Formats: sequence, C-alpha cells, structure tokens
Amino acid sequence: MSDNGITIESYRHVAPKGAVDFLARLSERVRGRRFVHVNSTRSGGGVAEILTRLVPIMNDLGIKAEWEVIEGDPEFFATTKAFHNALQGTEQVFTDAMLEHYQAVNRANAGRRRLDADLVLIHDPQPAAMIESRPPEGRWVWRCHIDLSSPQRRAWAFLRRFVVRYDAAIFSLPAFAQQLPIPQFLVFPSIDPLAAKNRQMSRKEIHKTLEALQVPLEKPILLQVSRFDRFKDPIGVINAYRIVKRYHDVRLVLAGGGATDDPEGAQVLEEVREAAGRDPDIYVLDLPSNAHLQINALQRAATIVIQKSTREGFGLTVAEAMWKGKPVVGGATGGITAQIIEGVTGYTVNSVEGAAYWIRYLLASPQLIRKIGEAAREHVRQNFLITRHLRDYLSLLVHLAR
Amino acid sequence: MREAPPFAFVGCIELREILGHRARDERELMERLEQVPLGSVYSHTYTVFLRHPRMTRAYANDFANWVASQVRDQVLAERLAVVDPFQFLRLEELRDELLSIIDDHVATLHPVPRVVFGEPFFFVQSHMIEVPTGLQARTLAEFRRCLATVDASAIYFHALYAGLLRGIAGGEFARWIAQELGLASLADKISRITPYLGGLEEMRLQMLRLVDAELTTETSAGER
Repeated sequence: MSDNGITIESYRHVAPKGAVDFLARLSERVRGRRFVHVNSTRSGGGVAEILTRLVPIMNDLGIKAEWEVIEGDPEFFATTKAFHNALQGTEQVFTDAMLEHYQAVNRANAGRRRLDADLVLIHDPQPAAMIESRPPEGRWVWRCHIDLSSPQRRAWAFLRRFVVRYDAAIFSLPAFAQQLPIPQFLVFPSIDPLAAKNRQMSRKEIHKTLEALQVPLEKPILLQVSRFDRFKDPIGVINAYRIVKRYHDVRLVLAGGGATDDPEGAQVLEEVREAAGRDPDIYVLDLPSNAHLQINALQRAATIVIQKSTREGFGLTVAEAMWKGKPVVGGATGGITAQIIEGVTGYTVNSVEGAAYWIRYLLASPQLIRKIGEAAREHVRQNFLITRHLRDYLSLLVHLAR
Repeated sequence: MREAPPFAFVGCIELREILGHRARDERELMERLEQVPLGSVYSHTYTVFLRHPRMTRAYANDFANWVASQVRDQVLAERLAVVDPFQFLRLEELRDELLSIIDDHVATLHPVPRVVFGEPFFFVQSHMIEVPTGLQARTLAEFRRCLATVDASAIYFHALYAGLLRGIAGGEFARWIAQELGLASLADKISRITPYLGGLEEMRLQMLRLVDAELTTETSAGER
C-alpha cells in the first residue's frame, strides 16, 4: 500500500470493468522484476504526479518498482530548463561549459544510485545522459514527455547522442517521434481519477469552491483551463464567446496560471484582461499551480469546456474535462485530436468561428451535451486513465525484459 | 453434454511502435503503405477494433479516417472505408487492395489531395502481448458465462488475431466449438461474425445470441 493509502483496488470502481483483474494477470508475467523510474523532481509537474501513484501501485502488483530522483545544482537545472525550452522549439544558447556540467551531474547521479534493473525508465532530458553509466544487464528506455515535434537543432543533436544508446524510446504522440535507430513506442499520458484534480466532488463542495472563486453559477459556464500562453489562444476564446453571447446568455471563465513566474505569461494575461474589457460575464482567474480542487470544481460546474489551442503538446486538460462528463470544443492540434472523437466526444475546430459554431450547436441541445459528455467520460475511462498507463508500462516490461 | 478439453481465454494488449514513416498527401500515403512492414497494415486495419471495442469512429480503419478528417477527401475516405479487412486471407492481399484503391483515385486527380491544416498520417506497427485471463470453459454453458464477462481483448485475440496470424480459419472460438463440442453449425455461424461494422462488443452480443439459441435448443431437446 502507498503512503496515501491508494492501491490498485482503489481504482476498481473507476477503471473499465475488469481492468484491475486484467492488470493483476498481466503483472503475473513480470512479478518480481525490478522496474526503476528516474526523473528530476519528486513533486510538481505531470511526471511526478503520475509517478507518485504509479510506483506504489506497481509494487502493490508485485513488481519491484523504485523511483529515483536526480539531484543537481541551480546551474544544472538552468541548463535542463534551457533544454526543455529548446526541445520544444524556443531558441536557446548553450555553452560548452553548460553541456559538460550537464554530463558531469548525470555521471555523479548515476554513481550514487542502484541502476541494475530489468527495466530502467529515464524520464525526460534531465537524467538522459545517465545512459553513459548503464550497467551491462537490463533494458534502458528513454521516456520523452515533451513535444519534440520541432526541436532546436543543436539541442536535439546533443541529446540525441545519448538517446541512441537506449534500447528504446517512448513518445506521447507519433508527431513527437524522431529519426532514431532504436524502436520508438507510443504511450499516451494519463490522468489520475483519484487525484484532487479529478476526484469526485459533491454539489455542495463545487458550489462552495466556486463561491470562494467568486464565480456565480446561475448561467451556463464556458470554460477554458490553460496557462496564459498565446498558443492556447485565450483571445480567440473570448472572440468565440462574443459570437455565442449574441444568442445565449452564457458566462466565460478563463482559468490558468503561469503569469507569476513567466514574463510572457504576465503579458498574455494583461492582453486577455484588456480583451475581456468590462464584460461582467467574463471571469479571468489567475490561479496558483496547486489549485487542483478549484480547477476540478470549475470543470464540473462548466457546461462546455474549450481548449482552443493553436499548438498543443498532449493537452491533458481535455481528458480531465471529458472525465467530468463535459463535451470539449478543442483546437485541431497535437494530442487534442487524439482525445476528441469528432462528433462523439466533442468537436475539433480550426477557427474562432468554428469554436463559436459548435458551442452554439451544443448549447441548443442539452440532450446532446449530456450524450456527448457521457461518451467523453467513457472514452477517457477506456483510454486516458492511469490504469491504462500502467498497463502500457507493464506491457513494455513484458516486451523488452523477456 | 460431454465435457471437452477446456477453452482458456487469453486477452491481449497492443504495444504500438512508431515507425517514423509519415504521409502528408495521398500519393505519399500510397508510397509509404507499400514500404512499411505488414505489421503496420495490420495495426491500421485490425487493431483499430481493439482500440475502439465499441466502434465510435466514423470509419473502421485508420487510413479512411485520416483521409476523411485530415485530407478532407470524402471520396477516397469512403472507398477505403468499404474495405472489410476480414475478407482477406492474407495481409499482403489487404495491402494490395488498399494500394489499388489509392492508386486508382490519385491517378485522376491533379494536384494530389494533401493535408493543408491537419496532421500527417503516422505509420505505426503493433506488438501484441498475451495476457491469460484465468477464465476457462469446458461446456457451452461455461463458454457463454466466460464470453459474457471476459475482457473484449480476448474476443479480439481468439477470433481475429488467431484467425489471421496463426492461420486458424474462422478463429479459435469456432474451432473449439466444432472440434471439442461437436457443434459444427454453431461454429460455422460464429466463424462468420466480424467486428467490421459494430466493433468487438457487437461481436460479443452476436455470439452470445447464437450460443443462447443453441443452449435453448439443447434444453428443449433434453426436456422432450
């Protein structure tokens, strides 16, 4: 059992019927195998969130799972942050000293950790160079969680030297894969239905949370949850809302964060506030990164959720909203298209007008909203819950550690 | 009814490998389709049913869906969608049929339809991981009980995967029912059910209906 009392049994009532028993059977094939995860932080961010749950559940299933977190100085993390940005397409400057220090920190970490395992899963670029210290036994796989579709050439060329030494790589979308001489597997990310961000909430709790946020509930809510980032097109969302508003008395909530530690985020937030003007039905909420319960309540209170990104990594906020039974109108980009089945679990759009059209279409039919919401929740249950993520990792262990 | 050697239900999981081949227009789709391993043809036509056991998408194969939603060429999408993969005994034949349709279509079009705002087509191939479910049946009644509750992937594994890749015509359900239970007529009907238009869950329902009818006949015969 994990520290938080969550076991594989805790998921029986939320996972697809039979999924927990299926996982137990699958894990029998790899019982007693050692499976080590390595990343760069114990808390904060999607990778740490999912490993917090996955590792104890793997142990609960009889896998000897461990989670190692690398240590580094501020200089190291400044370099890895630059890597993160460069690999996602933002130009960065790298000096030889930065790259040498990155490798030295990786070597030091590898020397301090027990890395003999049937499968070692190295998450993201921070610990990627630990492959230089791999023991002769066991399989090593690089798990890339970031959007690698248009990386800065120099950053990727440096990192690629390490990646090609792995036995395989895993990407979240086919578009993120690269030309590599090793097998590249596809594993979608997932949401944890028992985490604060997604757990069931009572009506009373939702009302109380929205009251604290000063968001009234008497009108239908259109909601977009995202960082204040131009690729999330918050201005486009406001423009779509304005078209819808001519026909339906709705309220728009733009909830996100990233404005406090990101100068561009602060600028985008300012632009959004300016675009919202004095419209009393537009609520712009700049929430802290740990406002999980508030986001949960907003998603549950919303009538329609929008994710009108023009560029997106995977966009798990779509799965979060669908899990709460909401139809999603999302930009036709990145992982949004992998999550929305057109006309079944929501709609994908390429323009402000497209977003406005489908929002109006949905608002005109409460039955359709309910029907699509139900299909969306089932789609997430089958494809985007942590139980499916666990199944994929165990499959990889079976496949590679034969 | 005599007791047969048990039928052990085995489920499966698909691990998808990204092949690094992508297509941005219909001619590229054809060229890449010709180059990729047959496992990729299998992944985009067969395992679609494993990924969507309730068939919620517009068409039953990835090629048709991509052409419809990303290239927005409804004519080719419809022509590809009508290809029923279960009518082909070998994947090579299925690939030839798909190639022939795309070739015929692009030959008449200038320029060749391509993705303008959408995503390219990414070729993947599947690795199947077998998972014993622990369910076993020795009689038709037990088979019915297992079939009703077993993970949908077991239906895929025994009826489709085994049929195509292990060369068991009609799949393993039909073979066991014919050989071990001696119910040739029921086996024949079951062997002809495919998920092409309804998905694996519809396939399960159709099989259950046939088994129920057989069990009812047996009960009636026993009472006479």
